[in-house]
Amino acid sequence: MAPLVTYEVISQNTNLFLAFIIGIGFGWVLESSGFSSSRKLAGVFYGYDAVVLKVFFTAAVTAMIGLLFFSLFGWINLDLVYINPTYLTSAILGGVIMGLGFIMGGFCPGTSFCAASIGKIDAMVFMIGLFLGIFIFAEGYPVWEGIYKANFLGTPKLSESLGLSDGILAFLIIVAAAIMFWIAEWAEKKFPQPEY
Amino acid sequence: MEKEKSPKAKKYLNPYIGGVLLGIVLLAANFVSGRGLGASGAMKSVVVTTVQAVAPKHVENTKFYNEYEEGHSSHPMKSWLVFQVLGVLVGGFLSGTFAGRLKLKVEHSPRITSRRRLIFALLGGILFGFGSQLGRGCTSGSALSGMAVLSLGGFITMAAIFGTAYAFAYFLRKNWIQ
Repeated sequence: MAPLVTYEVISQNTNLFLAFIIGIGFGWVLESSGFSSSRKLAGVFYGYDAVVLKVFFTAAVTAMIGLLFFSLFGWINLDLVYINPTYLTSAILGGVIMGLGFIMGGFCPGTSFCAASIGKIDAMVFMIGLFLGIFIFAEGYPVWEGIYKANFLGTPKLSESLGLSDGILAFLIIVAAAIMFWIAEWAEKKFPQPEY
Repeated sequence: MEKEKSPKAKKYLNPYIGGVLLGIVLLAANFVSGRGLGASGAMKSVVVTTVQAVAPKHVENTKFYNEYEEGHSSHPMKSWLVFQVLGVLVGGFLSGTFAGRLKLKVEHSPRITSRRRLIFALLGGILFGFGSQLGRGCTSGSALSGMAVLSLGGFITMAAIFGTAYAFAYFLRKNWIQ
């Protein structure tokens, strides 16, 4: 039964070792999909290259379906899987600030590590920025602690909030992803940019 | 623009295949460790460790670090995300090596200078770092991993990140398109 570490099938140290192996898979897929290029990443916001949208939503849908089937087969106990808590105010405000960072910097944290690993200097500078941004948050914490902890809703699932079963929501997300992929393919033809 | 590419550089993976593979990696993280992927959390470990080393007194007197220590029993660098991010660096490097994409360079649109690209990368990184703390995770930890477990917050953060980036894309178009 999984999660393996929670059921003590593997030890804490094995868990850390497997985190390293999982990270190699993560970095490998990001790099080979083109996430080591800020111009490819930013393409999604101008329509000329929607690789971010395609990889991101295919991955989310794949993992989501996998978890639901694993749970159905009794392979994983989803009650023991970490579900991100929802603090409404900071989820929105944090997302807005990150979105601005994304369009200015051309990376998100994971993709910047990946790009830095193949020698992108802009990614290394972005990482310095990350360090500074987190440091600023830490030092000024009392100033924004109220916002950070405001409107705590627990750990609701979107399916619960909408009054749907997990399966129906998953189906709707797959349909939404398919529509977005169709738009993405259209946009890439409509707003081409020279190869880089 | 073909000239920017080294002649041996391989083409990128089909994005849908890449997405399925990334999904399997994310599924593996949940199956093995009961948690999703992440990135910004590892940088937080680096910040906490650095401040601890440089100014240990300051750490004792500062609320953020106190709350961090309450939530973490082991050394900040002995964390799942730190090991995972070390893996990302190795995996990215290996993929880049086999594809012939290893090159020290500043990537930027021909319309802007390297200097401008680096200034924006720094500012973007500062905002992303700050936002990832406020939002309790970045694109990987909050948006991608959160969506996979159907977390309401994950969907909200995802929509806020992409919505804002689209909203500001017009004003920053000079940096990216011709």
